[in-house]
Amino acid sequence: MDWLRVWMMPPQGSEFAKEIDFVYMALFWLSVVLFFMIAVPSVYFPWRYRFKRGRVTPHQTHNTTLEVLWTVGPLVLCVGIFFWGLNGWMKYAVAPGEAMEISVTAKQWLWQFEYPDGSRTINDIHVPVNKPVKFTMTSEDVLHDFYVPDMRVKHDIIPGRYTQIWFTPTVLGKHNFTCAEYCGKDHSGMKGFLTVDNDADFAKWMETGGTEWEDYFNGKDPTKTPADWGKITYERVGCNSCHTTDGTKSKGPSWKGVYGSMVELNNGTSVLADEAYIRESMLSPQAKIVKGFDPIMPTFQGLLKPNQQNGLVAYIESLK
Amino acid sequence: MSTTTTDVQSHGGHGDHEHNPYHQHHFTTMEQQFDTSKLGMWLFIVTEILLFGGLFVGFGLMQHQYPREFIEAHEHLKQVIGGHLMPLYGSVNTIVLLISSWTMVMGVNAAQTNQQKKTVRFLVLTIILACVFLVIKYVEYSHKFHDGLLPGIFYAHQSEDLIKGTHGYATFFAFYFMMTGLHGIHVIVGIVLLSWLAIRAKRGDFNSDYYTPIDLVGLYWHVVDMIWIYLFPLYYLIS
Amino acid sequence: MEPAVTSGARIGDRPRPKKNYLNETKGFKSWALTVDHKRIGIMYLIGTLTAFLLGGIFALLVRLTLLTPAHKIFGMQVTAETYNRFFTLHGAVMVFLFIIPSIPGSLTNFVLPLMLGAKDVAFPRLNLASFYLWIVGAVMAISSMIIGAVDTGWTFYTPYSTTTSGTVTLMTAAVFVLGFSSIFTGLNFIATVHKLRAPGMGWFDMPLFVWGMYSTALIQILATPVLGITLVLLMLERVFQIGIFDSRIGGDPVLFQHFFWFYSHPAVYIMILPGMAIISELIPTFSRKTIFGYRAIAYASVSLALVSFIVWGHHMFVAGQSELATVVFSALTFLVAIPSGVKVFNWLTTMYQGNISLETPMLYAISFLMLFAIGGLTGIFLGTLSTDVHLTDTYFVVAHFHYVMMGSTVTAFIGGLYYWWPKMTGRMYNERWGQVTAVIWFIGFNATFLPQFILGSRGMPRRYYNYLDQFQPLHVFSTVGSWIIGLSLFMTAAVLLASLRKPADAPDNPWGGTTLEWQTSSPPITHNFEEQPVLEHEPYDYRPKAVTH
Repeated sequence: MDWLRVWMMPPQGSEFAKEIDFVYMALFWLSVVLFFMIAVPSVYFPWRYRFKRGRVTPHQTHNTTLEVLWTVGPLVLCVGIFFWGLNGWMKYAVAPGEAMEISVTAKQWLWQFEYPDGSRTINDIHVPVNKPVKFTMTSEDVLHDFYVPDMRVKHDIIPGRYTQIWFTPTVLGKHNFTCAEYCGKDHSGMKGFLTVDNDADFAKWMETGGTEWEDYFNGKDPTKTPADWGKITYERVGCNSCHTTDGTKSKGPSWKGVYGSMVELNNGTSVLADEAYIRESMLSPQAKIVKGFDPIMPTFQGLLKPNQQNGLVAYIESLK
Repeated sequence: MSTTTTDVQSHGGHGDHEHNPYHQHHFTTMEQQFDTSKLGMWLFIVTEILLFGGLFVGFGLMQHQYPREFIEAHEHLKQVIGGHLMPLYGSVNTIVLLISSWTMVMGVNAAQTNQQKKTVRFLVLTIILACVFLVIKYVEYSHKFHDGLLPGIFYAHQSEDLIKGTHGYATFFAFYFMMTGLHGIHVIVGIVLLSWLAIRAKRGDFNSDYYTPIDLVGLYWHVVDMIWIYLFPLYYLIS
Repeated sequence: MEPAVTSGARIGDRPRPKKNYLNETKGFKSWALTVDHKRIGIMYLIGTLTAFLLGGIFALLVRLTLLTPAHKIFGMQVTAETYNRFFTLHGAVMVFLFIIPSIPGSLTNFVLPLMLGAKDVAFPRLNLASFYLWIVGAVMAISSMIIGAVDTGWTFYTPYSTTTSGTVTLMTAAVFVLGFSSIFTGLNFIATVHKLRAPGMGWFDMPLFVWGMYSTALIQILATPVLGITLVLLMLERVFQIGIFDSRIGGDPVLFQHFFWFYSHPAVYIMILPGMAIISELIPTFSRKTIFGYRAIAYASVSLALVSFIVWGHHMFVAGQSELATVVFSALTFLVAIPSGVKVFNWLTTMYQGNISLETPMLYAISFLMLFAIGGLTGIFLGTLSTDVHLTDTYFVVAHFHYVMMGSTVTAFIGGLYYWWPKMTGRMYNERWGQVTAVIWFIGFNATFLPQFILGSRGMPRRYYNYLDQFQPLHVFSTVGSWIIGLSLFMTAAVLLASLRKPADAPDNPWGGTTLEWQTSSPPITHNFEEQPVLEHEPYDYRPKAVTH
């Protein structure tokens, strides 16, 4: 019957997921049994006791024993289920002391993560396998919710407060996470991937932002250029929420045709948008503001690894 | 019991008989009609209590959140009398409403005992007292506006709030205006109802057989008074 | 009570009255200013069914958008913002304009006084006022959709709802007005049940439909004012920024959720109790057997109403309320399952050794039993803390509440509509086609919502415009199911409207019911009964009388 669980539930990313699935499947089978106990008579009785003219029905008004049984019985069952649920939930509710703490700042419509060593990432997070990790979360604007289906955990993220979830991932690889509290226009675009690495890969990630980018810079695959990596970064890191690539004006200037052009600033001067300008825009965006736009771009200092910056420069250059 | 109006008979259906002109047909007797109307008014009062109750709960939660700012803000509801800070306007308003409840009871009683002129007199007195209440409230509100003690975003008073950037004062005054404002709206509605009653009483609509509207509005008025009795210490007496 | 079976049969050979409540007075004013509970019930019926149509159109648009990842409906691109408005308006219209007012305003208004042997409700003019408040609220809500639309979800969570553009303030004002319509209806029914029962009808002689509606009315007057004040606070937060729900100015967003669910959880019992009340009528009538466990069902109705007030936090297990609150709310939530279970067992036992026929209302009642079973059982998954963490805010919740609100309440509403249709209009509908609609409804409903449990347990969040590729087959299945539901409802409308072309010659008591509404003509005269009925027997007594009248 495992195929049924596999069909109904996401992959099990942790031991906790296995425990939850066990409870879920138990409730599922209980529900199936109880459903048939109700559905079978609903369908059988109309056939077995179908209308016959003149038949007189018995005047059964109540049966105290039966009624007490089917009041107390379900009550006992419910109490049992309640405690079972409480048990699992208490494990979820309290993080172990040695958990690695990652702080999460959610905002419309992306995720910002910060590791204990201060390094930061957007939408794309890695954690080491078999070690408990705790996410301490707050929001910059409205309610959000961090939901990792494979780990079976979620919790709302509230502005002005800190909330927490934790888990110990046991399965390597990519696990998706999503926002699970409606937060406006791109609520369903607010997602990312949680990658569970072994210790070696995790260490590499902390150092350089992982290994995924390497294939785009070693020239081995002609379909993977630095500009392609830049495009991936553009989407992953959330540049696309303010900059378009087709010329339409959004919260920020479009990247189409920018590279190598003369850009008019809000102080009346014009500058050449060369590579230095592009890099400065990423790391010190407040230094130069393009005319007709507000100074709202946050800095990506510390958020973009060198490979990501290089990729973005290559990508912007390709958008002539 | 007066016999100037027709006696109401207990009966199970239609027939040739004299009806009280206010007897609605789906009721068997006037007594049943009166009892039902009273029940309906009590049910409505329950909903009013829950409506204000929500605000009281909200106030309590905010007081818990900003204890110091709320206590300090209370002081702004008092006036300086002979060198002391006293809740003058609040106290006067409380007395005014209590007296109006008394005049209301007297009005109901006068209707019950067929004293038409007295009924009108007491209803009018109740209206006057309610208007006095509103005038005092108007004076209070204009002082607050003058001092910049306004709800939420409009708050402009020199206080801890603006110095420290907290919101306790602004939130306090938001609740103050909301709760006294909602109460004030109920007083205005009461004045309208009482005026309508006074007109009808002058016309001679009410007597010992039929005084239901006065009784019901009386109930409403007592509730309006009672809500003030809760608002008064909450806002004016805490220090 | 012998069941009457032939068409045109009249009780005791009374001549059919020429004038009934429909034709006694004519003209727009006679309807617009009516205080007749039956006419008001018909007007509510038309109004709330129109709202159902509007909410249903939004639902079809939601499901069409989710059919493919391209999100195109007939070639037109649906943007994320538009989609957010679709599901918000679907929810708001269905909850506030349809489900809460429909059964109380239409069927109950019509039938309750008749069942009590009364001439009208306690406050007929208040009844008309309730209806006009509904109209005003509906106009305000529709205006808000046309002027700017709302995209907050029907739950209006802060701080998104206090800061987003859109006509949130107008929509919440509309709901405030609709709330008063609901309060006055509840107030009216409570007074009616207390004071206008026929001679000889004690509390435990009343039909269970009345017990169900009385319990509903209790919730209406106790819970709705709290919604009213919550909406006022929301509007003030939006306009004046008073600092109660918005954290940037010192407020607490979770406080909004507490205020909101304090009303909205009891509200869902305002939705289900009338449905259950209808089922308590349909089952004994079509089983021709006395209801099993009358008192248990009566007590279960009232206890559901009362317990519904202490479980609101089960909507907030992961919302940031205290751990203690979470544990307490979960425990109390399990309590609320018991009365519902008792009712289902009592209904089934009523059918046992009955003499059952499967006319359209009974088919809907049997659908109710199965669909409510699924809805109620899936509630257990959500009340259980450890599984709720995974399932809350996913499609599992969407499926659960559609099974109880639509699969149960709407199913019962349609069954009740067929059941009382001859009484209200004097016409019998085409039985065979009616039965077909019931079968299609059952199939379509399950096809739409059963897959959504799987979508949820597999991790798809609700209010989601995009989804992972692996979810597409289930979405397609669900969307096709929604078309089947549409077909069934369209057919029901056709069946019922077609019956109006026939002459009004339905029997007084086509189903052999034992409650008082079947003792008067179909349709009833304006004053309901020619003579004041006096109750002479226990409720639902199907024993043959020693002497026939």
